[in-house]
Amino acid sequence: MADVTRTPTDLTQASATRGGIGESTLRPDGTLKVTGEFAYSSDLWHEDMLWGCTLRSPHAHAEIRSVDVSEALKTPGVHAVLTHDDLPAETHFGLEIRDQPVLAKDRVRYHGEAVAIVAADHPETARRAAAKIRVDYAELPPVHDEESALGDGATLLHPGRADHHAGHVPHPNIVHRQPVRRGDVAAAKARADVVVAGDYEVGMQDQAFLGPESGLAVPAEDGGMDLYIATQWLHVDRDQLAPVLGLPPEKVRLTLSGVGGAFGAREDLSMQAHACLLAQVTDRPVKIVYNRYESFFGHVHRHPAKLHYEHGATRDGQLLYMTCRIVLDGGAYASSSPAVVGNAASLSAGPYAVDNVDIEALALYTNNPPCGAMRGFGAVQACFAYEAQMDKLAAALEMDPVELRQRNAMTQGTLLPTGQRVDSPAPVAEILRRVKSRPLPPEKQWETSAPDPSAPDRSTGGARGVDVRALPGGLSNTTHGEGVVRGVGYAVGIKNVGFSEGFDDYSTARVRLEVVGGEPVAMVHTAMAEVGQGGVTVHAQIARTELGVSGVTIHPADTQVGSAGSTSASRQTYMTGGAIKAACEAVREKVLERGRAEFGSYHPAWAHAELLLEGGKVVTDGGEVVADLAEVLGSSAIEEEVEFRHRPTEAFDLTTGQGFGHVQYSFAAHRAVVEVDTELGLVKVVELACAQDVGKALNPLSAVGQIQGGTTQGLGLAVMEEILVDPAAKVRNPSFTDYLIPTILDTPTIPVDVLELADEHAPYGLRGIGEAPTLSSTPAVVAAVRNATGLDLNRVPVRPEHLTGT
Amino acid sequence: MRVTFTVNGRRHEADDVWEGESLLYVLRERMGLPGSKNACEQGECGSCTVRLDGLPVCACLVAAGQVEGRDVVTVEGLADYAARREERAGNAEFAGSNANDPASGAGSGASAADEQRWTPKGAGPGSGTRLAPVQQAFIDAGAVQCGFCTPGLLVAADELIERNARPSDADIREALSGNLCRCTGYEKILDAVRLAAARADSGPAGSAEPEEAR
Repeated sequence: MADVTRTPTDLTQASATRGGIGESTLRPDGTLKVTGEFAYSSDLWHEDMLWGCTLRSPHAHAEIRSVDVSEALKTPGVHAVLTHDDLPAETHFGLEIRDQPVLAKDRVRYHGEAVAIVAADHPETARRAAAKIRVDYAELPPVHDEESALGDGATLLHPGRADHHAGHVPHPNIVHRQPVRRGDVAAAKARADVVVAGDYEVGMQDQAFLGPESGLAVPAEDGGMDLYIATQWLHVDRDQLAPVLGLPPEKVRLTLSGVGGAFGAREDLSMQAHACLLAQVTDRPVKIVYNRYESFFGHVHRHPAKLHYEHGATRDGQLLYMTCRIVLDGGAYASSSPAVVGNAASLSAGPYAVDNVDIEALALYTNNPPCGAMRGFGAVQACFAYEAQMDKLAAALEMDPVELRQRNAMTQGTLLPTGQRVDSPAPVAEILRRVKSRPLPPEKQWETSAPDPSAPDRSTGGARGVDVRALPGGLSNTTHGEGVVRGVGYAVGIKNVGFSEGFDDYSTARVRLEVVGGEPVAMVHTAMAEVGQGGVTVHAQIARTELGVSGVTIHPADTQVGSAGSTSASRQTYMTGGAIKAACEAVREKVLERGRAEFGSYHPAWAHAELLLEGGKVVTDGGEVVADLAEVLGSSAIEEEVEFRHRPTEAFDLTTGQGFGHVQYSFAAHRAVVEVDTELGLVKVVELACAQDVGKALNPLSAVGQIQGGTTQGLGLAVMEEILVDPAAKVRNPSFTDYLIPTILDTPTIPVDVLELADEHAPYGLRGIGEAPTLSSTPAVVAAVRNATGLDLNRVPVRPEHLTGT
Repeated sequence: MRVTFTVNGRRHEADDVWEGESLLYVLRERMGLPGSKNACEQGECGSCTVRLDGLPVCACLVAAGQVEGRDVVTVEGLADYAARREERAGNAEFAGSNANDPASGAGSGASAADEQRWTPKGAGPGSGTRLAPVQQAFIDAGAVQCGFCTPGLLVAADELIERNARPSDADIREALSGNLCRCTGYEKILDAVRLAAARADSGPAGSAEPEEAR
């Protein structure tokens, strides 16, 4: 259940128009989504449409000696088979570094890399034809860890690389390296009464969105290409696609279709170029839909990480210094590894004030699966380690772990390791207090007062029954409470919001106001990718608040309007929301200008009063109605397009890591209560309470939904989710049978406490919400398991064998 | 081969079905019913859950040929299916329960304050559509984010409430444990099922709630 705490400030305002910001308005796409009519990218259909299919490498590292497509081409129903040699123009793509081939040329660098593509009239025909392509591979030893990547004579993943990081990295198999140094660690260490150190490891997590990669490419009459696609950033897809297709960007038009979740996995191209190339060569519409197996190979994952941390503190628990080294495995291609490194380095100290730091973060090139964006983006890995350290330090000091955190919690004004001052509220101690002060859930909730005939496997006889669904192991009926111990753990984290390090981060909104059927209606057109987060809901709320209308139409997102930037980095409500607010303000100015010109003589307020648009009227700030908005608009439409930017940031210094790198921060804290069956090593999370500062909840219902969803993904990383990659760099569990994500039985109740402390730099004072809860959830659960079992547990996900020692 | 079966109360025929095709493929690609979703194709995620002769099944695991002569309900037919069930049950309790506030009867459920909920009338192409109570509850409770899991969850949740009018939280979790959702953390899905059950308990088909609150 959500408690929304409102702290009034002059920046957060209620709307005078119903359905404005601050209300839990319902999703505009809700009805379509519950009736099955909402068109996801995998639901698209076109007359004469062909199905595309990808042939992928069975090896992690191999030379391609030859590719023979002749048998595949002869298959009835096959219309095209393409390999690297058939590419018409640019052959590589990439978000920051264009190092990834559209189709592998003479070498494959990871298990599942795309080698050839087929178009046929039935998806099964395409699959069978792809299986007839004969590729002669000569396997090469894989680069699979730091030692094999950086040791003497290591094979280079990208020999001769010339990207903008190549010049400063100490080894060509390091994508990017970011040190951060501030203060005097040696002097601080000499003063430390207590030092704790640890090695930590985070496994490779998958975004596991439910709607696999898919899209439909339709060749256009002007020689261009129309692509209907599920993505996170239409314009950056287009900017990578156009050169590959040999087309000018304006001839590659993208329209967002329904997106079945994203969580970072749709930042990079997947099937976009393949579908467009097949459509181009066949001159027929081509649809590609991955199945779950292919989806595991078709997108980047969260970077697995190895982290070494050391903290020193005074006897009374004041942090004196922190050093850490974070090694992220970026896999075969760069993706967004450089930005993940920047985040991991700059946020590695967590939400704590530490004056002396020596930090190093880097990402490797290996033959493991490529890793890039996933919710939390570099901050997740660091949070697991620094929160484990805080518990270790608390134990060494015999202090309460929450008290130790509160004692060192950053506040507004604290300097980050990068030297950047935190210049908005940072209620770190307060959110910890809130989760801690919540009553603990009752013990032994599996005990029912009497045997319940409707509950399965419930009874051990006697007066009390057992509902195994509330126990570790659940319906497997592995315990009735024997060997079950409870633990409680806490964690808190810090996530940046928006694109950092000097990136020119902007969004564009076009707002049109006109009278339709007698009522003023606002049309909002942006390229924002709605991936499920509810951006379309808050966009309409913003337009209602700013223009005082109830009718708002959200135009489909496409590349016919300027870029909205990515639906990532918790940035869209801030950025595209900010752009819509600004565009609405521009429209409002025009409305008032028009009113003054045409109606100025009718009412004295036009000349001198501060005028607002509310409830379909032009009103004074005192609430007096001056005119009907519909009357002022008449038959004309007022349209404005605005680009919105957050305040500028700067790159981190490449040797000291100093710099004003971040835009905004988001803070969440969790308390986890777990019960562990110590005999079988099974964990049941009983409750996972969260407190988070959201600045301003534009839509409280959606805000809480984001926090609960992010929390659950953190729980998954804590106890179940990992892509297993063997020493040959092959993926061993690419399916939902073997890669487990939390079900409703694995997920506990998630009470959420929402704080609203305005950030004066942001529209409405809001903070990006989506990622912060994913950070602290994982370490809180693991801390609770440690508390229950007394074990060290320095690696996630925690597996049964880690708990039983078997 | 040719496969003939009833979908959402109407007889359908599909020609040239390849033996390896699943019920899910035939529904989505041959019958123009893409509401059932394909997210794993191996019965792990529940996104393709449909009723087959009343039983909830993963349509991806049912070979098309197995459905010959049988009866299938998909998310597209859920509102009609619920309405027919309502008719069969009779509307006897309709008048008496109309005044009840469904949220107050929901016990631990229906967390969000209904007066905070508002959506413009006539906004969006889907408005005005008749919905099953469980569909309306998913919208009202905020149980839909990306929505890809929603069709399967709706079919499964509707089947739960059909056989268990007052499910406990543990019952809801057990009944929906075959349906993966990656966005919501399930809390609002629990809210939605509690809300749908509470509304059904206090009156038929959402009639207990004033129209303005939608």
